[in-house]
Amino acid sequence: METAQSNQVSVFEHVQLESLLDALGRRGYEVIGPTIRDGAIVYDRLNSAADLPIGWTDEQEGGRYRLAKRNDDALFGYAVGPHSWKRILHPPVQRLWSATRREQGFEIKPEKVEPRKVAFLGVRSCELHAIQIQDKILMGGAYVDPGYKVRRENTLIIAVNCGQAGGTCFCVSMNTGPRVQAGFDVALTEVLEGGRHYFVAQVGTELGNEILDEVPHREAEASEIAAAGKAVEHAAQQMGRSMDTIDIKGLLYRNYEHPRWDNVASRCLTCGNCTAVCPTCFCTTVEDVTDLAGEHAERWQKWDFCFTMDFSYIHGGSVRSSAKSRYRQWMTHKLATWIDQFGTSGCVGCGRCITWCPVAIDITEEVRAIREAERQPEDLAPEGSHGNA
Amino acid sequence: METLKPVLARHPFVEGLKDEYYELLEGCASNAVFKADRFIFREGDEANQFYLIRHGKVGLEIFGAERGPITIMTLGEGEVLGWSWLFPPYRWRFDARAIELTRAIALDGQCLRGKCEQDHELGYELMKRVARVVEGRLQATRLQLLNEYASSP
Amino acid sequence: MTAGDAHPMTPEPWRIERVRRETHDTFTAELSPANGRRELPFEPGQFNMLYAFGVGEVPISISGDPARTERIVHTTRAVGAVTQAMARLGRGDVLGLRGPFGNRWPVDDFEGSDVVLVAGGIGLAPLRPALYRILARRAEYGRVVLLYGTRTPTDILYLKELEQWRGRLDLDVKVTVDRGMAGWRGDVGVVTRLISRAAFDTASAVALICGPEIMMRFSVAELGQRGLPAERVFVSMERNMKCALGFCGHCQFGADFICKDGPVFPFSRVERLLRVREV
Repeated sequence: METAQSNQVSVFEHVQLESLLDALGRRGYEVIGPTIRDGAIVYDRLNSAADLPIGWTDEQEGGRYRLAKRNDDALFGYAVGPHSWKRILHPPVQRLWSATRREQGFEIKPEKVEPRKVAFLGVRSCELHAIQIQDKILMGGAYVDPGYKVRRENTLIIAVNCGQAGGTCFCVSMNTGPRVQAGFDVALTEVLEGGRHYFVAQVGTELGNEILDEVPHREAEASEIAAAGKAVEHAAQQMGRSMDTIDIKGLLYRNYEHPRWDNVASRCLTCGNCTAVCPTCFCTTVEDVTDLAGEHAERWQKWDFCFTMDFSYIHGGSVRSSAKSRYRQWMTHKLATWIDQFGTSGCVGCGRCITWCPVAIDITEEVRAIREAERQPEDLAPEGSHGNA
Repeated sequence: METLKPVLARHPFVEGLKDEYYELLEGCASNAVFKADRFIFREGDEANQFYLIRHGKVGLEIFGAERGPITIMTLGEGEVLGWSWLFPPYRWRFDARAIELTRAIALDGQCLRGKCEQDHELGYELMKRVARVVEGRLQATRLQLLNEYASSP
Repeated sequence: MTAGDAHPMTPEPWRIERVRRETHDTFTAELSPANGRRELPFEPGQFNMLYAFGVGEVPISISGDPARTERIVHTTRAVGAVTQAMARLGRGDVLGLRGPFGNRWPVDDFEGSDVVLVAGGIGLAPLRPALYRILARRAEYGRVVLLYGTRTPTDILYLKELEQWRGRLDLDVKVTVDRGMAGWRGDVGVVTRLISRAAFDTASAVALICGPEIMMRFSVAELGQRGLPAERVFVSMERNMKCALGFCGHCQFGADFICKDGPVFPFSRVERLLRVREV
């Protein structure tokens, strides 16, 4: 991705968003963006700007998500829903290859991932970070997931700065938002003030520049840039949650045996919702299937969840048979071991795992509890410090 | 005739004892040689000896009518055989059979107990060493019980 | 990269050239590439993903000689659906193979040292390539000791080869079984009991251990009593594995992926987490 030369900030009226979609369409891009379905804002194909959740917002709390009407016509006046862009880049289910039995053995035909130009509209800063994290995992190491790479290289990103944070958001403390910094083709900030409704646009790549050129726009005035800045600042002030990340790796490495894991296990249903909605969770499993005649076989890759018993099964049994160990694996991976593995936290502070947990387990609260207990060691007298059979 | 003391002193079980104790132990010691397949002792017999194995291989076995002889452990060079001489009723609980030609120093149990009663420092030293052996055998038995290589645990 | 590039999850066809039944539940298969395209250089300790048509794929350590790559040798224990399906295959049948994956036993880094190999059960299979590598450069090492324990005498792998090795003057081979049986004149007792009796220089020796996890921990403790520090004891770890590429996430052990950071680790690196349950 090339970086555009221009530091120019532009402005276009909100109705011109349609022109942006048209420009993407003319270039052969399928536009995926937020739209309302089944009572939630999800990411799906947009045929026009009218498919956006105009005038809607979301109310999010631990274990709670509701859509509500806004008192304006904002197009991006909400945080993030149950979907993340990994659904498209790292699909929940995909066939990797098919095989046919031959007289001498069998023949394997790899699945071709045809390049398909897709534009993501409405990518939030936390989500951009999540995409960059998955880039590192799936195409930044010794092995490359070729399907991911093809999809990623054919993805255009129109990011949108958050003007409003959700009740479970904590990107500020994860240093992942709310203002987008890099990795976009065009970044928009939606501004509604004094009866006006417009977008302040910043270009990130040459391609982004070309596309913006096809949208009627003008250079932004200082007051408009300031208004956009204020909108993002407003979101930053609104964070529903926060997480203290100082030495978080050391904190969790020191506390594999913390009693808090029993506490959270007594609430956790091990349903795996948190991993399904997490924009960075990347784990998969493989299913090798065959037809009844045994002539044709296929390999499918599916999202997998570290909350299942099967996930850690080795001959003889599951390594993580207790809910406690599975929650600990998820959270310790997300916040600590991930740093050693990929040089970054696995958490971008989007808050989805808190919102979509059926029993409202809150990752920020779990970290806080372990941290607090560590500050008061006298509460944690070791049990059974005697005896060595 | 060559004295047993230098042979005795080389055995790992008594390694590092005070020199005077080697002489005390020598007073209870005799040379023992067992041809392959010879029984060294039988279950139920009076347990009078403590063997420091110098060379060879000894199987500790038990016989079940329906299972035949079952070897539960083999012992070899540098190891010791038998601790029933130390505890009443001084009877062997297993059979011991030489699997190969085996040479050992046999220490008379009654003699050894007497020396230990007379000199508690020696007694404590030997007891620590026997306890270490027992501990090692117990840990090994626990691992054996875990049956780690079984197809289904 | 073009759209047509094969996913690294795509196996290549390898033909079974020979199958030898080792014990009642293990077999050794020699494979050669069915498409005739390539040899497969590997390092001792590495593994391949083997695919049985339509049934599934499992990680199996390579147990052949790293100097002979025209055939790839795998000793497999038939305990699950995939390995049982493999056990039914014979000469001429085709398996899918991806690999090799993982790191290696660090035998090349310890030339000049004594080497103690401790194997439990099927754990001899992943250690055998290390022994081949050492024997190929035998003069570069000090004393070499192989301590091998199995459940019963009928579970002993590579029996003929063990007898040959035992006949060598430059190799100390000790075999023990947990349960003896009629006619067995060898040692009875767990493999850890062999450690105290083995002769090696504790100041410089390196130990490589492969077997069930508890057996490995007991062995490390026994080696520790002999004075061998955990930094010079290497173990091969096993966890659930689906991809071997670091993508599927299943084989994580703390921050390590067994598939790419392992399977071989200095014990000092895994010691702490092995004491925590259910990591």
